[in-house]
Amino acid sequence: MTGQPSILAANFPPSVDEFFPPSLAPWGGSNPWFTRITLMLWLATAAIIIFFLVAYRNPKMVPSKVQWIAESIYGFGRNGIATEMIGHEGLRFASYLTTLFVFILANNFFAILPFFQISPNSHYAFPLVLAVLSWILFNYIGIRKHGFFGYLKNALVPPAPWYILPLLIPIEFLSTFLIRPFSLSVRLFANMFAGHMLLLVFTLGGFAMISANLGFIPFSIVSWLLTIAITFLEFLVIILQAYVFTVLTASYVQGALAEEH
Amino acid sequence: MLLAAVNGSTAIIGYGLAAIGPGIGVGLVFSAYIQSTARQPESSRLTLPYVWIGFAVVEALALFGIAFGFIWAK
Repeated sequence: MTGQPSILAANFPPSVDEFFPPSLAPWGGSNPWFTRITLMLWLATAAIIIFFLVAYRNPKMVPSKVQWIAESIYGFGRNGIATEMIGHEGLRFASYLTTLFVFILANNFFAILPFFQISPNSHYAFPLVLAVLSWILFNYIGIRKHGFFGYLKNALVPPAPWYILPLLIPIEFLSTFLIRPFSLSVRLFANMFAGHMLLLVFTLGGFAMISANLGFIPFSIVSWLLTIAITFLEFLVIILQAYVFTVLTASYVQGALAEEH
Repeated sequence: MLLAAVNGSTAIIGYGLAAIGPGIGVGLVFSAYIQSTARQPESSRLTLPYVWIGFAVVEALALFGIAFGFIWAK
């Protein structure tokens, strides 16, 4: 039983090392600056730019199919997220929110795209940058609207009896300024990370069972069928997480813009 | 006398326990949504964004469990 399958199952159970592919440059070794992950990020960015440029190169009153898709995406960002969450003022943020949504969606999509099957967002750095951008955005908007101290008062002092405030203000501070960017980024990161891990466990698990005992082949096949099922689940998660990230950003902006409670 | 031994990471057990809370929480979020939609079908579009926000906020706790399991693995 030490044939070819055991080589395939050599790295079971999968570990965090799976998330650090080797450099694509032949001289790179384990240099992290140009790997599959970087390539995917550039591919996603290029695909988004090219798609929207092509869709809007020659806009018509009666839209072509591509233009219709692009307009639907923007319309979803504008009506479904920006105006719905923020209200009338949300139109100003529609372009940022839509860009965020499309960017996350495109990057997440690599998680189930054959031959890639890992999302750049399963590296914590990428969601973190996006979350910090959102954090800066909602704080900046709030400070510009209410002034620095007005914004702090708005964000930190809930309408409550004075004797409970010493307890509430630190909690509000923690949750608004420290935990928000953290939870926003960890949510996206952990979803993509766990999704990739699940796919790895079920794929490699099939090989591991075969290499343990050829009698386990039926179980391996079940395991691989489950991989396909999980890929569909991942598709759902990908869209949902892109949506959730954008909606939460919008709701933070809305909270920063809101008048006194 | 050794009665039982565990191989691998016991963090898995902790994560299983930690996932109970968010599991119940996510269930509550969707049960509330289904109930409100059953009582007031026109409100289903109105409440949907809040369902996803609530779902995401609750689910974050379970996801922290995954992340921390790896952060503090050693």
